[in-house]
Amino acid sequence: MSKQVKQLDRVIIRFAGDSGDGMQLTGDRFTQESAVFGNDLVTLPNFPAEIRAPQGTLPGVSSFQVHFADHDILTAGDAPDVLVAMNPAALRANLGDLPKGATIIVDTHDFTPRNLTKAGYDANPLDQLGDANDPLGEFSVQPVDLTGMTVEAVKEFGLSRKDAARAKNMFALGLLSWMYGRPTDPTITFLEKRFAKVADIRDANITAFKAGWNFGETTETFVVQYEIKPAPMAPGTYRNITGNLALSYGLIAGGVQSGLPVFLGSYPITPASDILHELSKHKAFGVTTLQAEDEIAGIGAAIGASFSGSLGVTTTSGPGIALKSEAIGLAVMTELPLVVVDVQRGGPSTGLPTKTEQADLLQAMFGRNGEAPVPIVAPQSPGDCFDAALEACRIAITYRTPVMLLSDGYLANGSEPWRIPEVDDLPAIDPRFATERNKTVVAKDGTESEEYWPYLRDEETLARPWAIPGTAGLEHRIGGIEKADGTGNISYDPANHDLMVRTRQAKVDRIAESLPPLEVDDPSGRAKVLVIGWGSTYGPIGAGVRRVRKAGFNVAQVHLRHLNPFPKDLGEILERYDKVLVPEMNLGQLSLLLRGRYLVDAIGYNQVNGMPIKAAALAEAIGGLVADAEGVTVDLTPASISTEAAQ
Amino acid sequence: MSTTQLPFPGLRSGVELVPTSDQPQTGKEYTSDQEVRWCPGCGDYAVLKAVQGFLPDLGLRRENIVFVSGIGCSSRFPYYLDTYGMHSIHGRAPSIATGIATAREDLSVWVVTGDGDALSIGGNHLIHALRRNVNMTILLFNNRIYGLTKGQYSPTSEAGKVTKSTPMGSVDHPFNPVSLAFGAEGSFVARTIDSDRKHLTSVLSAAAAHRGTSFVEIYQNCPIFNDGAFDAIKNADTKADAIIPLVHGEPIRFGAPDSSGNGAKGLIRDSETGGVKIVEVADVGESAILVHDAHNPDPSTAFAISRLTDSGYLNQSPIGIFRQVERPSYDDQARAQISTARAAAPGEPADRLAALIGGGDTWTIV
Repeated sequence: MSKQVKQLDRVIIRFAGDSGDGMQLTGDRFTQESAVFGNDLVTLPNFPAEIRAPQGTLPGVSSFQVHFADHDILTAGDAPDVLVAMNPAALRANLGDLPKGATIIVDTHDFTPRNLTKAGYDANPLDQLGDANDPLGEFSVQPVDLTGMTVEAVKEFGLSRKDAARAKNMFALGLLSWMYGRPTDPTITFLEKRFAKVADIRDANITAFKAGWNFGETTETFVVQYEIKPAPMAPGTYRNITGNLALSYGLIAGGVQSGLPVFLGSYPITPASDILHELSKHKAFGVTTLQAEDEIAGIGAAIGASFSGSLGVTTTSGPGIALKSEAIGLAVMTELPLVVVDVQRGGPSTGLPTKTEQADLLQAMFGRNGEAPVPIVAPQSPGDCFDAALEACRIAITYRTPVMLLSDGYLANGSEPWRIPEVDDLPAIDPRFATERNKTVVAKDGTESEEYWPYLRDEETLARPWAIPGTAGLEHRIGGIEKADGTGNISYDPANHDLMVRTRQAKVDRIAESLPPLEVDDPSGRAKVLVIGWGSTYGPIGAGVRRVRKAGFNVAQVHLRHLNPFPKDLGEILERYDKVLVPEMNLGQLSLLLRGRYLVDAIGYNQVNGMPIKAAALAEAIGGLVADAEGVTVDLTPASISTEAAQ
Repeated sequence: MSTTQLPFPGLRSGVELVPTSDQPQTGKEYTSDQEVRWCPGCGDYAVLKAVQGFLPDLGLRRENIVFVSGIGCSSRFPYYLDTYGMHSIHGRAPSIATGIATAREDLSVWVVTGDGDALSIGGNHLIHALRRNVNMTILLFNNRIYGLTKGQYSPTSEAGKVTKSTPMGSVDHPFNPVSLAFGAEGSFVARTIDSDRKHLTSVLSAAAAHRGTSFVEIYQNCPIFNDGAFDAIKNADTKADAIIPLVHGEPIRFGAPDSSGNGAKGLIRDSETGGVKIVEVADVGESAILVHDAHNPDPSTAFAISRLTDSGYLNQSPIGIFRQVERPSYDDQARAQISTARAAAPGEPADRLAALIGGGDTWTIV
C-alpha cells in the first residue's frame, strides 16, 4: 500500500518503559540516527535512582525524550508529541505530560492484569478505546504487540523467550525509525559492535530492529510517514554529545593545551560518575584516575597531584562538595590549580540523585569557612561543557586557584549536536612553572642572597609562582595556616592576615580582566525587560524569549558563564533595563548574588521540581513582566503565534 | 564483570626511582630557617633530629623529597625540614601524599601524622593508603593524647583515662595502631621509640628502602599533657621487661638476662588460643622460642605479637619491624597502565585530541 508522507518541522518523542527495558539505549540510538540525519536536537533522559526498581511499577519507569527539528532548537520540549509506552506503568506515569492529540504507541503485550494492577489501573484502558468514557480519548492510540512480534521475528535464533523479548526495544526503535525516516545504518553498525561477542543476541537485535521498520512499512496501522528535514547548521563537522562526555573531553583538552598530565581524584556519585568512567579510558593522554576511598580523599589526591605538577581535578555532585569543602579551602590557601566539578542534582542531603537542579550555586560561592573565594564557571548546554571545562582549566592554572565548574544532571545526561572544534583554535594554557629563585634578600651585613618566595605574586594576575618538587633550590613548604605575604612562612600577624584575605579576593576579582564582554541578545535594542540566567536554563530561557519575541514583544537575554567573578560589564548591563528576570532551578540563588552585588531588583522565576524549566510557562512569566514594564497587554496564547515558533 | 591479570612491576627499593645526590649532605642542609615551636622536652624534637640526621644518609636529591602532614603538634614537622612540604588539613595527609606519590615516581614521599590525625579523623585515609600500598612512609607519632587542642583523650589513650573531656575517665576502647595496620593489609609495619635514636634511625632506613606504604608507629612523649606515658619502656630499671624486641631471624626474648646473656623471657605459640604467649625460656627450652620472621607472608603471627601491647598503661610493648613483605604498589601499577596505554597510542597529543573529539558518529555540513 502507498503511504502518505507528511512534513513536520519538529517532533518530540518520549520512549518510556521499565528500568530494564532499555529505554535509555533506545532513545540514545534514535538520537544518534537523528543527529546523523542532520536534525537539530535536544534530549532529556529521565530515570529513577534505583537500578532496577520493582518491575512494572510506577517508580520503575525510565524514559528518554528527544526533540528533533528542521531548525535550531534549544530545549528537549515541554510536552511529547509521541509517547512510546512499553507497559501500563509507563503509560500512566507519562500521560499527564501529553498534550491533547498526542500519539501513543503501546506494547499491548505487557498490559496484563498483573501489570495493570501494579500501575494502579482498575481496568485495561486499551479495552475502552473508542468507548464513550475512553480514558485515552484525547489521544491517538496505536496498540501494537511489540513483544509478541519481536519474539516471532527472532525465533530462528533459538533464544529463550526472555532473551527474545528483550529485543522489543529494538523493534520499537525500528518502527519509530521508519515512521520518521531515520537512517538505519548507524544503529545496525552499533549493534554489530556492541554485541560482537554474542552472535545470536547481535542477530536478534538487528533482526528485531529491521522487523520493526518493516512492520511500519507494511502494516495498515501506520499510514503516515513523517519527514523532518535536516536543520540548517553552521558549516563544520558535528557529533551528538552528552554534557558529561563533553566535559571529560574538555578536561583532557585542558591537559593537552597546558602540557600537564591530568590527575582525577574522584569518588563515584550520580550524576558525575560518567566523567570518572570516561577519563579512566584515556590513560594514553597521561590521564591518571584514582577512585578514592571517599570524596575527601578524591580531592586530597588531586591537591597532592597539583602540588607535584599535575592538573588536579575532582568530580562530584552537591553532597560531595559538602564533604570536600575543607579541602577546597586548603587549595584556596595553598593557591594551587584545581578543577572541582559539581554536577548538580536535586538536594539537600541525598535529595534527588538522578534529577537536575541548580541549587549549589551558593554552596560553590560561599560553602567554606573563612573568606575563601573560588571562581565559578558554568556550562550552558551539553556541548558547551567542553568549552566551560577548558575555561575552568585556564583559570585554575593561570591564577593558581581551585575553580568550581557547575554542571547539572540535565546537562550531564542530555545531548545535542556539537560542532567539533579545531584543536588549533583552542586556547593554549601556560603553566609557567617557577624554575629560579625570585627574591634578592639583603642581610644585615649587606650581603645579598637569592631566595625562593612562594607567595611573591605576578603583578598582572596576582598569581603566585608554582614550583614543583624536583626543582632544585626552590624547596618550600605550604599549608593551610595563614602565610606571610611573600615568604609564605607561618604568620599570625593581624595586619598580614588582613592583607592576605584581601589579596586572595583581589586575585579572584582580577580574573574578570581576562573575560570577554557579555553578549546581550537584544535584537530590537528597545527591550525593557532583561532575562538573565546561568547554566542549563539557557535552553528554556532562549525558547521562552523566542516565544515572546515571536508574539511581537521585546525582551533581552544575557547568559552568564562566569558566576565568580562576574564579568566587568554586568552591572552596567543590568542598569539598562527596567526589569530583570532571573529564571533558576533553585529558590533564587543568582538573584541573591545580583541583588547583593548590584542592588538590582532582580525578580526570580524559580522551579525546583527536578526537571528543566518549561519554556511555555517561562514565556508567560516573561510576557507578564513585559506587560508590566511597557504598559501593554501581552497575549502569548498559541492562537496568536504558530506553535513552531515556540521553539 | 571480569578481572584481568595485572603485570607485576617487579621488586624495587622504595627510593629506587628517586634521583640521588652526588654531593655529600649534612643534617644542616635539611634544616629550614624556621624556628621550631614545640614545647620544651617534647619528643618531637628527638624525632626531628633523627630524621634530619638520617636523610643525608639516604643520599637523595633534597628537592625530590616531600613531607606531608595533617594537623596536630607533630604535623608542624614539614616546616622544619628544608625539603618540599605541605602542612595540610586534619587527617588528610595520606590522601594528599597518595596523589603526590602516584603522580610522580621520582619523589620520596613521607607522611608525618599523630594518633588523633591518623587514627581518628583520618582513619579512613590511613587504612586505604595501607591497603593500596602506595610508595610512601607514614610516621605516626603516638603520644596517646591530643596535644594541640590541649589535653583531650585520643584514640590510643587507655580506657579510664581522666582528661579534660573525660573527667570521670574515658570509656573509649583504644586502637592498637600496629594491629590496625595488619587489618589494613599493611606491607611494612614497625614500631619504635622517640628517645632511642639508633633504633629509630634503623627503622627509618628500612622503611625508606621498602617499596609500598611503610607504617612506623613512634612512641612519643608529650611532657605537657601525657608525661610519662612511656616511662616503663624508657626507664633503665623497667625497660628490659617492657620492651619485647623484634629482630628478623632472631628468637624473641626479653626481660632480665639469664646466664646465657639473653632475656630470660620469650615468646612461644600458644596452642590453646592460636596466639603467642610469654614464657620463661628456662621452662620451655631455647629451641621452643619463636623466631621472628618479618617476611612471613601470613600476618597472623605478627598480629598475635602485636596483641602483647598493653592497651592500658604501657608496661609492655613489642618494638621493631613486625612485618616487611613485598606486594606491588598502587602507584607503580597505575603508572604502568599509563605507560602501556601511551605506548599503544603514538602521535602528537594535539593530533590525538583531534581524533578523540572528532570520533563517534559524525556528519559534516558544508
